[in-house]
Amino acid sequence: MAAAGETLTISGYIVHHLTNLTYGKLPAGFERHAADGSVSVVPEGGMWTMANEGTEAAAMGFTAIHVDSMLWSVGLGIVFCWLFRSVAKKAEAGVPSGFVNVVEMIVQFVDDTVRDTFHGHNKLVAPLALTVFVWVFLMNLMDLIPVDLIPHTLALLGVPYHKIVPSTDPNITMGMALGIFILMLYYSIKVKGFGFVKELTMNPFNHWVFIPVNLFMEVVGLLAKPFSLGLRLFGNMYAGEMIFILIAALFSAGIAWLVPAGLLQMGWAIFHILIITLQAFIFMVLTIVYLSMAHEDH
Amino acid sequence: MNINLTLFGQMIAFVCFVLFCMKYVWPPILAAMKEREQKIADGLAAADRASHDLELAKEKAVERLKEAKQEAAAIVESANKRGNQLVEEAKGAALVEADRVKASAQAEIEQESNRAREALRSEVAALSLAGAEKVLGAAIDQEAHKQLVEKLAAEL
Repeated sequence: MAAAGETLTISGYIVHHLTNLTYGKLPAGFERHAADGSVSVVPEGGMWTMANEGTEAAAMGFTAIHVDSMLWSVGLGIVFCWLFRSVAKKAEAGVPSGFVNVVEMIVQFVDDTVRDTFHGHNKLVAPLALTVFVWVFLMNLMDLIPVDLIPHTLALLGVPYHKIVPSTDPNITMGMALGIFILMLYYSIKVKGFGFVKELTMNPFNHWVFIPVNLFMEVVGLLAKPFSLGLRLFGNMYAGEMIFILIAALFSAGIAWLVPAGLLQMGWAIFHILIITLQAFIFMVLTIVYLSMAHEDH
Repeated sequence: MNINLTLFGQMIAFVCFVLFCMKYVWPPILAAMKEREQKIADGLAAADRASHDLELAKEKAVERLKEAKQEAAAIVESANKRGNQLVEEAKGAALVEADRVKASAQAEIEQESNRAREALRSEVAALSLAGAEKVLGAAIDQEAHKQLVEKLAAEL
């Protein structure tokens, strides 16, 4: 729903849905436009506040945090930990039942995937892959909740913006990708030592003359990994979310659109079940592959 | 779609969740699954062993049955032999007994006939005396002829 100062147009509706609830520091001298049209200027030293509109969020720059993304992402992470911890406590060698079966199936699946792909010895990779898979899946799953349900409810309670799908926020996906990138660097150096430097400088042309060329190509290749990892998930989920929003916007096009829009909504949601699982799986597999590459000496 | 501190917030949360999963989720679940796997493998091995044992026991049982049959046959045979022997023995004993009975019967018959002969002899003596008395019409001197008659009777 439109926040203060916005009229309810289709583009306004879409932009509104794509704006995060942002808490951050407004720079000094920024002019805030209140709902009643009055203008206030941010005093010297800046001001930490909740952004009331997209321009304010943009003005905050890097010193801001997406409250909704963080809350949902951490909340879902806690859901994951709680669910799996409760099973871990119950787990025993007897006959498993109910939810324990589901969790064990996921664990088995992740374990098999890790075993197939990752050949080094590392106690971190399998739990990391499990966390990535389930957490990303849960974050993606939020996409299936009707786009207006939670944001609109919260809007009635006075929260101006809300995005409930954390994986449509590049900060979230890139945050995870960067975490994995740091692990890649750490294990590359730890396992290969000087070999890592050699890998960066002596590939693909094994001659000292080509060291700058090699270094450039290898560094680009290395940096491409976390970016492709994070942006792939973000892009897929963002596009999916966008289509949900467009379909939701169709409902406002008149009573005649009710049935087709409903069918579209349902069709896309069913198709999206595949996408969210697939994206979570791809993110996990790439994580394992990248870490596996970091462990393998050429 | 601004890049901001959320990036680092997510990184920190990521690290926390991964560490939690690594410490409190993954090991117990995997340990339980490994243990169950082991248990099932043991169970299957035990089942295999049991079926093998059953096979052995069956073989043994067949062997024992055969042995028992042989033993039974041997027992029956020896019993038959013994029976035959007993029959033979009984037959021998019976023959001996029969001979004995026959002998004693013969002796008795001999005795009886002797006795009868004696009786007859005395009877004949008496009768012939009486006959002679009648024929002669006169009393024969019992004392005088007794010797004669007795001699006659003895000749009978």
